[in-house]
Formats: sequence, structure tokens, C-alpha cells
Amino acid sequence: MNSPLVSEPLFHVGPVPITAGVVATWAIMAVLSLGSLVVTRRFGLIPTALQAALELMVETVDSQIRDTMRVEPGPYRSFIGTLFVFILVANWSSLVPGVEPPTAHLETDAALALLVFAAVIRFAVRAGGVRGYLASFAVPNPVMIPLNFIESLTRTFSLLVRLFGNVMSGVFVIGIVLSLAGLLVPIPLMALDLLTGAVQAYIFATLAMVFIAGAVSESKPADDTSSARNNP
Amino acid sequence: MNWLALASIISAAVAVSFGAIGPALSEGRAVAAAMDAIARQPEAANTISRTLFVGLAMIETMAIYCLVIALLLLFANPLLK
Repeated sequence: MNSPLVSEPLFHVGPVPITAGVVATWAIMAVLSLGSLVVTRRFGLIPTALQAALELMVETVDSQIRDTMRVEPGPYRSFIGTLFVFILVANWSSLVPGVEPPTAHLETDAALALLVFAAVIRFAVRAGGVRGYLASFAVPNPVMIPLNFIESLTRTFSLLVRLFGNVMSGVFVIGIVLSLAGLLVPIPLMALDLLTGAVQAYIFATLAMVFIAGAVSESKPADDTSSARNNP
Repeated sequence: MNWLALASIISAAVAVSFGAIGPALSEGRAVAAAMDAIARQPEAANTISRTLFVGLAMIETMAIYCLVIALLLLFANPLLK
């Protein structure tokens, strides 16, 4: 059985090896961006069914951001929404025969976790400047600086391992059952995988929101945070 | 098969099986507490279930760590090369 920790290159573009996960990722990106381009071109005041469904999705993302981060969703909508939709489609891409979800490989998950890591820094610097962001490591007191620093690295790592472990174990179990039992037996497991995939996409997006909200509120100037704490 | 491979296989199985005990118990407790809270206060169900999901993901990470350690032992063991 192939190791789930390595991925074999399919072909080479010049010196760069291209794996199946990269091809699947680009296919998902193309489908998502072209689909939204085509759909948003024909938006009107009176929504069609498709437009209503999309608006419902954006509304849901907005309300989740509002509930979790306690701020207006404007600056965060695109990042969080894209993260959620991409991971959801990537997890569910195993429904297409022959496609292995790109999130079942370490590289895609590492890239997503690094995106969250960078987004935390970016939003925190935008909220409180570089000084404010660096000062947020010394909350509640300077003794915690090494711990806070390590935490910002380990939580990125745990985001990566969580998504990878969940999706990969689903794919792995289906492979084992398929090789042991036969053609139609793993279908209930695949149904369970759909649930796991949706929950993991939701959790990844929620944790990204929690990390960003925490860094932003700690990086803000002191008078802002005290007023925010007084009226929760 | 040498002793090192045998030990790796056994410790991978032990890591997964024992690593599943703690998260299973704690996830059961967390879900039970959330059910209790929703039964007492059904209007807070949204907030409770959202927090529950995030908490369950955090707990589940422990089991996933064990799984990853087991996979490392089986597929990427540096001592077996």
C-alpha cells in the first residue's frame, strides 16, 4: 500500500514535478473562479434561483463571522469564505471517481495553514501596526513571550495536522475496506466522509476566524481593547 | 522481519488504540454537557453547538496526532531505512 505521507509526481513541467494533488487543486480553483465569474456576471435586482443560493451562502458566512469574531464581516469575508468553500469542495472532490482530495496530502494542508498564519499577521498588523502586533506577544505579561511565540507556531501546525489527519484517514479507510470487502461496501463510509469533510471545512474556517480575531483584538491600541471588553 | 520492524508495528497499533481512549471519553463528556445545556436552554443551541464543534475538533486533534505518529512509524520510520 502506498504511503499517505508521500505523493508521487505525475509528470514534470521543466524541472518542477507535478503531483495529482496539484492538478486537482488547480482544477478546483478553475471551477470555483470560473463558476463564480460566470454566475456573478448575470446578477440582477430580482434574483434568479442561483443568485439566491449564492446570496444565502454569503449571508451564512457573514453571520458566522459576526457571531464568532464579534465584528463586521467586511474585511474578512473574502478570506474566510474562500477558505471554507475551497476546503469544502476539495474534501468533497473524492466523489468524482479517480480523484483523491488534495487536502488528503500534507502539502495542500500546509499551504492552507501557512495562509492562515500569514493572514493572522496581516490582519493584526493592519489593526494595530507592527508595534501593536509585536506587543500582543507580551500579553498578559512579558514572561509569556516565548510561550505565545511557540503557540502561534504550534496552532498552525495543529491546523495542518487536523485537516490532513481527518481527510487522509477517511481516504485510507475507504481504500482498506475496498481492498478487503469489494466494490459497493465502502459507500456508507463515503457518506460519513462527506459529513467529516463538511465539518472539517467549517472547523478550519472557524479556527482561522478565532485566531484572527484573537490577534486583532490583542494588537489594537489599549483604549480600544478596554472599551471592547466593557461591552461584549 | 527484524525486531525493529516488529516493534514499530506493535507500537503503531498501541499508539492508535490508546490514543483513541482519552479523546473518546472526553468527546463523550463534551457532547453530554452540550446536550444538557441545550435541553436547559434551547434558545442558545446555535452558540452552544458552534462552540461544541470547535471544542470537539480541538479534542479530536489529540487522536489525530496519535494517528500521525502511527503513520510515521509505519511509513516514514527513519530507523528502518
